[in-house]
Amino acid sequence: MTEAQTQIPVTVLTGYLGSGKTTLLNRILSENHGKRYAVIVNEFGEIGIDNDLIVESDEEIYEMNNGCVCCTVRGDLIRVVEGLMRRPGRFDAIIVETTGLADPVPVAQTFFMDDDVRSKTKLDAVVALVDAKHLPLRLKDSREAEDQIAFADVVVLNKTDLVTADELRDVEAAIRAINPSAKIHRTTRAGVPLDQVLDRGAFDLKRVLADDPHFLDAHDHDHDHECGPDCGHDHHHHHDHGHDHAHHDHDHHEHGAVSPIHDVTVQSVSLRGGEMDSKKFFPWIEKITQMEGPNILRLKGIIAIKDDPDRYVIQGVHMIIEGDHQRAWKDDEKHESRLVFIGRELDAERLKRSFEACQAA
Amino acid sequence: MPTVAPLDLEGHCIAAAFLDNIPFFALADGMVHWLDHGQKSLKLHDGLLSATATARNDLMISGGEDGKVMSLTSAGVAEEMASIGKKWVTSVASGPQGALAYASGRNAWVRFADGKTKEFAHPRSVEGIAFSPKGMRIGVARYNGATLHFPAADGTPTELQWDGAHTGITFSPDGAFLVTTMQENALHGWKLVDAKHMRMTGYPAKVKSLSWSAKGKWLASSGAPAAIVWPFSGKDGPMGKAPLELGTRGNTMVTSVACHPSEDIVAIGYEDGMVLAVRFADAKEVLLRRPGKGAITSMAWDKEERRIAFGSAAGDCGVIDITG
Repeated sequence: MTEAQTQIPVTVLTGYLGSGKTTLLNRILSENHGKRYAVIVNEFGEIGIDNDLIVESDEEIYEMNNGCVCCTVRGDLIRVVEGLMRRPGRFDAIIVETTGLADPVPVAQTFFMDDDVRSKTKLDAVVALVDAKHLPLRLKDSREAEDQIAFADVVVLNKTDLVTADELRDVEAAIRAINPSAKIHRTTRAGVPLDQVLDRGAFDLKRVLADDPHFLDAHDHDHDHECGPDCGHDHHHHHDHGHDHAHHDHDHHEHGAVSPIHDVTVQSVSLRGGEMDSKKFFPWIEKITQMEGPNILRLKGIIAIKDDPDRYVIQGVHMIIEGDHQRAWKDDEKHESRLVFIGRELDAERLKRSFEACQAA
Repeated sequence: MPTVAPLDLEGHCIAAAFLDNIPFFALADGMVHWLDHGQKSLKLHDGLLSATATARNDLMISGGEDGKVMSLTSAGVAEEMASIGKKWVTSVASGPQGALAYASGRNAWVRFADGKTKEFAHPRSVEGIAFSPKGMRIGVARYNGATLHFPAADGTPTELQWDGAHTGITFSPDGAFLVTTMQENALHGWKLVDAKHMRMTGYPAKVKSLSWSAKGKWLASSGAPAAIVWPFSGKDGPMGKAPLELGTRGNTMVTSVACHPSEDIVAIGYEDGMVLAVRFADAKEVLLRRPGKGAITSMAWDKEERRIAFGSAAGDCGVIDITG
């Protein structure tokens, strides 16, 4: 056996300058929670805490040389994570702080596409800090603010004391319209309980969406979940580099919810159906992610497969999709398939029609 | 029968080397250990990221998480060569006339023997750095290619383009070829006289270890269940030729290669800690070390061509005496 070690969890913190990222980071580094963190930052800047394990790295986006434009990784993270993991005893988890304008996708894909990084670490969650007061402006002038929300598992809606109740409701609805599956925490001074941002297992198929009965429902949900004892399944890792990215014109969109703040280009498409025919569903999801991969930021779903006693969970980033049996359906659970796509230029009508066509007869 | 003198250390070995025929082991925690009438050690860095021995095998050059570049003599005397603050020094190289080079982020520096330094800024990160064996020239591996600088003269650098992220770099011993390792599972090469490309692909994993055989006739590489050894004796290098596949094993990967200093033999280190020596001519294998606790990360031959120092990712290092 080589170095028997568990994969170190990695939390990615995104958010604009002034959104409260540094405040949250300082809390993570100073509060007494018994865990040690290595932090990868773009600039040492404002972190007031002396910690040997704060590493500065220049954002370095590498396109993989395979003709696929969305297959990007962060070269600097590969180097720094490899360096950190050569001395694994020093920390329990890694936090990657990105710059305000950073694209979260290459950061996340690094943890799926680089074999060395993947073998030693696992992406835990993407946490987006959002400034309640300035979000409407940010959504107007940049695509990155939207991408960060669209890509997040947890959104910390910060500085809520600076806006009125109406403004807060609109901002939250805008976040919900961009990303219906993220958990939203309203805070002032980034005062979210740390266990709500760390060790979330948001990319862990055993835990993702685990027992969340309200997944894809239009209201807030906040449940803790644990991995059941029956979670000893293999991962099926599909890593497809499609090479004919078809682009289509779309006339009609079906939004999960309508944002009261305009200038939103990210949409989500939520699909519901009955039990799926595995012979139809798997080729369909492979084809969709190959063809629409560049437009899909995230996808998550719970799928009921006909004649399968287990729930099948699926999650993806662009063209990378992972799926696994999760746990047995409970007696009182409806065997229902739910899938959400978050992205741009998604043809909601076509997705819905082709998804429904995968249902078992 | 080869014999192994084990040296059990704590942590990941970055580099094993002989300095004046004394085996040295540089570990990721910054400790360097050596065997000179008993085990000796010294804390060289607060976190060591890269280390290399000079061509004359009289010094080890290292870069650390502490932003320092250090040199260490075979007598264990350390000297600070450079300090760049809190940034990581991720690669180091040693060159002719006492020059050395180091890199951090998007910058590379050359330090001449007289202590003067010259800085080279790049638009993208410097992933790897190497000296040409001839003349005062360095090569930098970067995104979408490599850049050649002539540190002793002013002038525009030579840019060699090839799409993709290049992570490591080496010149052939005659200076005719430049080869990079890539983020993809491939090597890329340029024939420097005409910048002709050489693609070396088909690896199932990233290539992290390269070693030129005697007189640069072959280039051995890791990244597969066998050592992949490319022929470089022709004028166009390995183009149109198949590589040798030596020491093939079914259930593990080659992680480190070190060619014999004068004969066509390669020492092959595997992920499970095994070390084999294999002759190019007939692919005959000799077991040098049984599997250990961690992947072999670095190996070096001594001047007498009798001993191999090896380091592993788990710290179970040692010295193999092939004459027994």
